[in-house]
Amino acid sequence: MSPGLYIAQQIINGVSLGSLYALVAIGLSLVFGILRMTNFAHGDMMMVGAFAALTIGAAGVPFEWSLLGGIAIGALTGVIVERVAYRPVRGAADVTLLLTSLAVTYILENLGILLFTSSPHDFPIPEWLDSSYEFSDGQITFTQVNVLTVVLTGISLSLLGWFVTRTDMGLGMRAAAEDMQAANLVGLDVNKLIVIAFALASGFAGLAGVLWAAQAGVVEPSMGFTPLLKAFVAAIIGGFGSIAGALLGGYLLGALEVFIVAFLPSELSPYRDALVFSLLIAFLLFRPNGLLRTSREVKL
Amino acid sequence: MSGAVRLLAALIGLAVLAAAAIYAPAVLDDYMVRVLIVMCINAVLVSSLALGNGFTGVFSIGHVGFVAVGAYVSGILALPLEAKASLLPDLPSWLASWYIGFLPSTIAGGLVCVALAFAVGAPLMRLSGHFVSVATLGFLVIVNVVLINADDFTRGARTFTGIPMQTTLPWALGWLVVTLVVLARIVYAPTGRAYRAVREDTIAAQAIGLDVLPTRLSAFVLGAFFAGVGGSLYGHYLGSFSPKSFYLQYTFLLVSMLVIGGMGSLTGSIVGVIAVTLLSELLRNLERGMDIGPITVPPLYGAAQIVLGIIFIFFMIFRPSGALGDRELRLGWLLGRRNSSERT
Amino acid sequence: MSNPPSAGPPLLAIEDLRVDYGAVRAVHGVSLHVAAGEVVALLGANGAGKSTILRTISGLLRPRAGQVQLDGAPIHRLAPARIVRLGIAHSPEGRRVFGNLTVAENLRLGATSRTDRDKVPADRERMYNLFPILRERMHQVAGTLSGGEQQMLALARALMAGPRLLLLDEPSLGIAPLIVRSIFATLGELKRQGTTMLLVEQNINVALGLADRAYVLRTGEVSLTGTAAELRDNYERVAEAYLGARQ
Repeated sequence: MSPGLYIAQQIINGVSLGSLYALVAIGLSLVFGILRMTNFAHGDMMMVGAFAALTIGAAGVPFEWSLLGGIAIGALTGVIVERVAYRPVRGAADVTLLLTSLAVTYILENLGILLFTSSPHDFPIPEWLDSSYEFSDGQITFTQVNVLTVVLTGISLSLLGWFVTRTDMGLGMRAAAEDMQAANLVGLDVNKLIVIAFALASGFAGLAGVLWAAQAGVVEPSMGFTPLLKAFVAAIIGGFGSIAGALLGGYLLGALEVFIVAFLPSELSPYRDALVFSLLIAFLLFRPNGLLRTSREVKL
Repeated sequence: MSGAVRLLAALIGLAVLAAAAIYAPAVLDDYMVRVLIVMCINAVLVSSLALGNGFTGVFSIGHVGFVAVGAYVSGILALPLEAKASLLPDLPSWLASWYIGFLPSTIAGGLVCVALAFAVGAPLMRLSGHFVSVATLGFLVIVNVVLINADDFTRGARTFTGIPMQTTLPWALGWLVVTLVVLARIVYAPTGRAYRAVREDTIAAQAIGLDVLPTRLSAFVLGAFFAGVGGSLYGHYLGSFSPKSFYLQYTFLLVSMLVIGGMGSLTGSIVGVIAVTLLSELLRNLERGMDIGPITVPPLYGAAQIVLGIIFIFFMIFRPSGALGDRELRLGWLLGRRNSSERT
Repeated sequence: MSNPPSAGPPLLAIEDLRVDYGAVRAVHGVSLHVAAGEVVALLGANGAGKSTILRTISGLLRPRAGQVQLDGAPIHRLAPARIVRLGIAHSPEGRRVFGNLTVAENLRLGATSRTDRDKVPADRERMYNLFPILRERMHQVAGTLSGGEQQMLALARALMAGPRLLLLDEPSLGIAPLIVRSIFATLGELKRQGTTMLLVEQNINVALGLADRAYVLRTGEVSLTGTAAELRDNYERVAEAYLGARQ
């Protein structure tokens, strides 16, 4: 295989993986930006979205609609969690917020076990999605799911970009992320902004969950954990709390993981996750504000 | 209380405990003894977690990473040689021919954790707030990945088995007493006040000449030692385990015991362990399914955890510092000190 | 002390207000009022409770006791966003502009609470005329403005809410004297146009130059009150009321 084609193939893999990380990381950053909260339960919205899509699909609903259902139920779950668990502890110590979200993770994952058992379920995808493209005699291949992932991520991120730069609500969300009290003083309804932030973040996670399941072919209650941790890494690489940073971090991380597997000695491949988290720790130590974040320092 | 009286009281207390531990199996049924052993092990783990998380305020969620290391290290060392040859044929020869007993391997497990905690803590203890939690979670994941992939030493994701099941109630209780005495001595001495000063106000602590990093690091390292010890006890209790045994479920269980009992309190750790254990045992029976009159309730796997999670959140909302907060129950004389008279 | 000329209740009335900051009693038993069209100054040293009063009016803090009334109706239990909608805009201490947003976006958010959206473009135009520098910096991110420019933006952002009462917290803080003069000249212009203001200041001279009346606060209580003219002629008493030298 020619090196050029090999690299092209890896770039395709990296973009596809990076899209998923970016989708999840942006949600983490939205919530962290506005609430200063490290939301460990964010990954579980992927699981909720995927199981919702699975259940809706099992009822004979076409994939397009079950995908939308996964997004909607992911978003709804996020909003409910905010209302029931996070709002009562809002303003408490960092650790209290973090532990509350850890408890929510525990509850949601065990709810998943209660409803679906802890073993993986097959995630069927429709025929039109179950195909792949081949170029240069099969030296470059990618699946329809890859294409769908990149396209839907592009659409979602464009909508988000429009929202946070062109609408009062989106500007307000950025304003509240910067200075909650000043946002209050100009008359922004901060509760409403927080609900919208959770709906958006969790909807994105729901979408990522369905796409993740479509790629992996299976769903299970613990499926959100690894992507969540990866999203943390992505968000911190880019600058925690920054939307553009999460986007950048997501794609960088996707590229990096593909690079580790494709170009480093194969003995290192199984240690990919360990390497990624070493990178996280390195960033926390040497560049806690990430690559993009400039306007506000992270307190250490 | 004068020193002599206190010493006498402590000795009597220990004697009573020892007698209880030795004769308990004769009186209690097997199930109760097993629950008690697990409670003692968890109490070792939770109180050592309290040292870093509660007293210095650096909230690590990577404690179980050390527990895993302790369990595997002591397991490899304490595996009888024949078993070692058949289960871990690819061990390097110096390890394959090395066998040490339960107590030495437990201490070795703790010491390996000390070394690891130094290496990991030196950079991580510079962080605080959310970031130290995320980073220590990263540490847990790294440990998990390494355990799964270091096949030659750990059998990878497969069950690591054949460890002599030597953790009896006297052993578990003995280690718990050692843990509590050491921790109480540290926490309620000037070092302990330094810990709390660092927790309450990093900048003020620095202003009075406390170095934040060594203070936090010493607590992290000591906590890791007892985590390793607890891991060894757990390994020698179960006899077999896999990397999955030391991951998120166990992490949450320990954290919930810590938080429900009270983070800045050693007796709080015990209270948390007892409360959560009782609750889990109670709910576990419920989970198996049962018959209420004519209605048959099917087994509800996960229900116990859900209830625990909900209780946890109630604590976060209404009593975020736990049942005891920073206070100690007045059982301090057992440990040779009147802890309850000291407050932050 | 002059009473409001009309028979109705004053625009803003505070009665026996008591506010705690955690365990600290920041304000104990302050009563004051502001009539429509009036500019009232709140003077006092650091920690006298001036900002606390403004923050309580805006709903950021809840009083332990006492009342805040707008047009005779109590507002001290309402959420900040609701209070802005009722017509109280607050330009906070330290400016607090949204540094990641542009000048235009800051102004846009200032008007976010308004229901009369059709009047917003005209008001924006008015702001750019009051502070021409903001028009030049329109598309610049607010974090890059100078202190004085940020203060102007904070003022303009508050005014974009079309308030009936403008709360100003230390608009001169940390700003070059020349710019302070220019900002107070603009405030004077606003006053002539009929804007009602409650102004917190440590700079007595500029405050008394603008205000109709003033209250002097010391350790959470009103220690002196009078018309600006009376207080201007009697600096000694003001200084005394400030610091409690003799009493």
